[in-house]
Amino acid sequence: MANSSEIVGQIKSVQNTRKVTRALEMVSASKIRKAQDRMAASRPYARMMRQVISHLSQASLEYEHPFTQVRDDVKRVGYIIVATDRGLCGGLNNNMFRQLLGEFKQWQDQGVEITTVIIGKKAAQFFKRLNVHVSASTQDLGDEPQLDQLIGSIKVVLDDYREQKLDRLFVCYNEFVNTMTQKSRFDQLLPLPAIEEDTSSQTNWDYLYEPSAEALLDDFLTRYIESIVYQATVENVASEHAARMVAMKSASDNANNLIDDLRLMYNKARQAAITQEISEIVGGASAV
Amino acid sequence: MASTIHCDIVSAESELYSGEATMVIVPGEQGDLGVTPKHAPLLTRLRAGEVRIQTADGDEEHFYVSGGLLEIQPNVVTVLSDTGQRAADVDEAAALEAKAAAERALADQTAGMEVAEAQAQLAQAMAQLAALERFRKKMKH
Repeated sequence: MANSSEIVGQIKSVQNTRKVTRALEMVSASKIRKAQDRMAASRPYARMMRQVISHLSQASLEYEHPFTQVRDDVKRVGYIIVATDRGLCGGLNNNMFRQLLGEFKQWQDQGVEITTVIIGKKAAQFFKRLNVHVSASTQDLGDEPQLDQLIGSIKVVLDDYREQKLDRLFVCYNEFVNTMTQKSRFDQLLPLPAIEEDTSSQTNWDYLYEPSAEALLDDFLTRYIESIVYQATVENVASEHAARMVAMKSASDNANNLIDDLRLMYNKARQAAITQEISEIVGGASAV
Repeated sequence: MASTIHCDIVSAESELYSGEATMVIVPGEQGDLGVTPKHAPLLTRLRAGEVRIQTADGDEEHFYVSGGLLEIQPNVVTVLSDTGQRAADVDEAAALEAKAAAERALADQTAGMEVAEAQAQLAQAMAQLAALERFRKKMKH
């Protein structure tokens, strides 16, 4: 049986670990709220964009923007992968990567090449070991991602798409369902899926365009895609904190259990030592 | 009662303003625009500048936008503001930076690994973790 001072040392170290996991849990719990607010704040922009784009595509039917054209022959696909910067958030990143590898395999079996854009340090660490082409990367977004930080990476793939170097573009992130549930999502960005038509606003008027409908449509579509990726990033931050909170909570609970077990062991060891001492005294006294 | 036009100013990161206005003055790319109720529908780009909103009760609100897009419908005006300065060369620089970051991130890339191989490793690690978890539970009982 381990001696009691050793067990005391073990208890101390587990207690210290518990302190850390508890702190992380509470920090994440308070950050979820803010991340959710940020998710809500970015929605109106995307909604308004969607409205205008649906109207635009209705109004200028004769012009088809490259982003909305469906190419039948798929030779190269792009993935924008949004992961976290920091670890200790349970299986959040790994679950997504695992599903992503399945998708990659399907494409590769069809002889389709893959290009990725990675957002977040964990994605960079993962894809470093993988033989997949990475065309752009953004890291250190922090808890408050800024759209400016993403524009560069997005432009790289959008340009590739315009030049026909890419035939499909997807964005992968963790959707924040609620605090307990996060879901990996793989959404198609390009070609742009048909935007739901708002049937209530059947209009027969058209906008005046300055300078031209084509140029404006390009601006709108670019910003729309940027806003989708931004939203994915913000949502991923919320998921990260939720996953970390749950992971750290279970770590704290495990630490508690471990401490209970160790304390029992410690008491047993102490009792054994006392019993032994008494029996030695008794034995000694009877010998005299 | 003076008629009003509904005005929204939104950016990708937040909603900046939403309310009724008697007139909205925006810095259009091809000149400033004063938008009053029943304005003809219009789409245009904005340049960096100030958006001034004359509210129904006679106050004036000011917002700075660094560019963006403007949509006008007869009774709604929507300013889709950019969050930062947008220009072809600025965007280009950001794109180059993102590419450079990708190269940095992968600089010490060890010998290429096939997707299948990585998948196998990942599956193995997950199986190990699951086994460890079961082992732990067993220990407790």
